[in-house]
This record gives sequence, structure tokens and C-alpha cells, in this order.
Amino acid sequence: MIRLEHVTKTYPKASRPSLDDVSVEIEKGDFVFFIGPSGSGKSTIIKLLLHEIQPTKGKVVVNGRDVTAIRSWRIPNFRRSIGCVFQDFRLLPNRTAYENVAFALEVIGKSKEVARRVVPEVLELVGLGGKEHRYPHELSGGEQQRVAVARAFVNRPLILLADEPTGNLDPDTSIEIMRLLDRINRTGTTVVMVTHDSNIVNQMRRRVVEIESGRIVRDQPRGVYG
Amino acid sequence: MRAKYVLSEVALGLWRNVTMTVAMMITMAVSLTMLGASVVLFLQVNSMKDYYYDKVEVSIFLKNDVTDEQRTALKNALDGDPLVKSVFHESKEEAYDKFRTQFRDAPDLVAATKPDQLPESYRVKLKDPNQYKAIYDKYKDSEGISSIVDQRRLLGKVFGILNSIQELALVIAIVQGFAALLLVANTIQVAAYSKRREVAVMKLVGAANWFIQAPFVLEAMFAGVIGALLAWLALVGAKVFLLDGSLKSLASLLTPVPWRTINLMLPLLFVIGALISGVTGWVTLRFYIKR
Repeated sequence: MIRLEHVTKTYPKASRPSLDDVSVEIEKGDFVFFIGPSGSGKSTIIKLLLHEIQPTKGKVVVNGRDVTAIRSWRIPNFRRSIGCVFQDFRLLPNRTAYENVAFALEVIGKSKEVARRVVPEVLELVGLGGKEHRYPHELSGGEQQRVAVARAFVNRPLILLADEPTGNLDPDTSIEIMRLLDRINRTGTTVVMVTHDSNIVNQMRRRVVEIESGRIVRDQPRGVYG
Repeated sequence: MRAKYVLSEVALGLWRNVTMTVAMMITMAVSLTMLGASVVLFLQVNSMKDYYYDKVEVSIFLKNDVTDEQRTALKNALDGDPLVKSVFHESKEEAYDKFRTQFRDAPDLVAATKPDQLPESYRVKLKDPNQYKAIYDKYKDSEGISSIVDQRRLLGKVFGILNSIQELALVIAIVQGFAALLLVANTIQVAAYSKRREVAVMKLVGAANWFIQAPFVLEAMFAGVIGALLAWLALVGAKVFLLDGSLKSLASLLTPVPWRTINLMLPLLFVIGALISGVTGWVTLRFYIKR
């Protein structure tokens, strides 16, 4: 599903590489935590998978496609197979929960009818039934992140990338979001989550890949934060 | 559905930046007016050249004391000259008749002039009006000639003035056009900034690049088209109120500007306005919205 082959990424003007000869393979349906201190290079992996940046060396394969070889005009199409959630939610403040999720469908050419059918369903799935017409500022942090998860999942992507999704949430709310990601993972979606929330990693007992200074120092099937 | 979305985004964008939008349209309009005026003037000068050069002659004025022999010799020389298309002799009486009709508004002047005071002349039409110099060199030393005048040289001064007006209009068009381009670039940047969240989400969920860029580019093109329309109306106004109005007497000398020329400017300005602003908007986006 996802494969990094000897990937090195050195940002311009950086003295040392963010990722240094990293190789890792993630199977379809896996749930993987990338952990490590700030600046260790874990967010660089997300950016590589989204084709926001290009590796300096090595190969990135997603869904059987060499990401580095995708032509720039095909990137939008490629991204439709990947859902993405961030620490800061990235919701549109002037749109309701429903409109935020529907927006993701409409801008890739889905009709309003499709949105009317699919959006309530996915909002129900993330536990926001009845709050469709609230604006982001009328929702709690946890609820906002649920909207973001709904938006990432509404196109039924093969992969869900989560970059510190619990970074702005209190522990209880974080657990709820993790349950949600777990439920999504059980539908067969591969989940890749970058975090340094030790609590969560310890509770979930999923595969843990630890990165330090751009190198993989640990890869455990049912790991803890360490 | 998508077209509706794009169009409502365009309307919203234009309205959100309404002062900038108006500024963009006005500079665009001024620039395109000048461009249109310049093109009209260019076409006009060319058609005037065709019109007048066909009619101009070289006048060879004879001395008062010219002898019959000198006159015949000159006549024969001109008749046999390969550069000459036709020769026509204007006697003192004919010159006087012409003079009287030309200055019929000034009877005192006509009364004070005797036929004898006006020189007789040969009016020579050249096969190629540009060959004036050759004719001048050939005949300037012939016996009995007082002076050789090329009407084309007089016209040349008029055309020179029109040409410089045309060039001035073109320079204004370019300078204003540059200002318009900067405004378009600026407006698009502001628009892209005010929609940066939407743009970020659209890129994240995989919206097509054209779909992300279309509202901005159309916004710029819309301003260009409105600018072109205003510019064309300005040209129509110039024709109705200036050329056919207060400058009518002048226009008879300058040959009238036909409506066909003015109408031709509408599609021309439309295409130029829309194309230039659209391309500017698109290029700006390429720099502003990477990937």
C-alpha cells in the first residue's frame, strides 16, 4: 500500500537531512503510528506521501504508484485517494459542518445530490448526527476534528493520513478521536498517524515506527511509546 | 453545477474587492481606449495616404518671362519622361479662376489680384509619388522655371503630426496597460489571499487545478472585458461628439472615420482585454498558488 525505499530528504539550506535513508513498508489496512520528538522528520513523511514535497533520493510508492513520477497535473487525482487530518482541523469558518464536508465533494465534481446522500451518512458515522448545521465556532475542538475526519473520509479514501490529530485536544477527547480513527481503520482504510502523544500510542497498541534525527530507530508491531 | 459554483465565486470575488475591481476596469478602459484610438488613427493615416497620394502632383511653376520655346521644350521633356504619368498645363487664367473660387470668401484679396500675378505651371502626376526627388533634380536647372513644389511634402507634414499623435496614444496605451496589468496581478493576489483557506482545502482533497484557478482567471477576464466595452464606448463617443460633431470641418479634410473601423475595434479590444488580463491573472496564480 505504502512503501518508502531508501528515502532521503534534505531541505535546501538544511545542514542535515530530515529523513536519512528511510525504508518502511505499510500494508493495506494497517494502522501505523510514526512517533518521535519535534523535528525528527515524521511530518516530512506525510508531506512526501501527499506529494507536497519530493524526496532528494529514493522512491515513494503509494497505492502501487511511484509518487515521484506522477505528473503534476495528475496530482489532484492522486490526492483523491488519500484523506488528510491535521492538528489545526483546517475547516472553513464560514461554512457549517455539512457544508464543510460537502465542499470536499463538490470541488472534485460530485453533484449536490450525491452530497445530500453521502454527507449526512458520514457525519452520523463520526458521531455528529444532529449537528450538521453548526458552524465550526459553535462546535468544540473534538467536534471540529470529527468534521475534519468526516471530510477526509467522505470520498472513501484508501489511506487516511493524520498529522498530530489530537495535538489540540484534551486527553478524553483525544481518546474519542482515536476510537473514530480505529473504526475507520476497521472499514479497511489504511491509517498513518504522526503523533507524540504517548498516552494514545500506549493505549492503542498498534504498530509503532519511531524516528529520531531522520532515521528509523524502532519498528514494533504492537508497540508502546517507549 | 460546477459552472454555477465557478460563476458565483467570480461574482463574489469581484464584489468582495469592489474598489479594486473598479480601479482595474478603469485603468483597463483607459489603456484600451488609447490602444483603440491608436489603431483607428493608424488605419486612418493609411487610408488617407492612399486617398491623397493618388491625387497629389508636382507643380512646376514657370517664370513670368518664360519664352514659348522654353515652355515647349519643357513640355516635350515631361511628355517623354518615363517617371511621369500625366502632365497638365495650367495657364495664368486657369490659375486665376482657381484662386477666385478658393478665396471667394475674401473678395478684397481677389479684387487686389490680377491674373497676371499668378504664375502658369505644369501639374505633373508621377507614376510613383516617391520619385519626387528625381524629378526635382532633373528639372530644377531647366530654363524658365521659377520653382518646383511637391504637394506630397506638404501632406507629409500633416501625416507627420497624425503619426506622432498615433504614437503618443500608443505610448499612453502601453504605460496604462502596464499599470492595468499590475492592478490585475495585485487584485488576483488579494483574491487568492482572501480565499487561501478554500484553496488549501481544495488542493488537499484533490480538486483539479483548472477548477481552483478558473474563478480567479475569470475574475480578471471579466474586468478586462468590461474595460474593453468602456473603451469602445469611449471611441463611439469620440466619433459622435468629436469627429462628427465639433471637429466636423476638420474631418472633411482628414477623410471621415467610417463606422466600420469603429465597430471593428469592439471585437479587437474584447479579445485583447480578456486575453491580457486573463493571462496576467493566470501567471500571477502560478506564482502565488504553488502546486
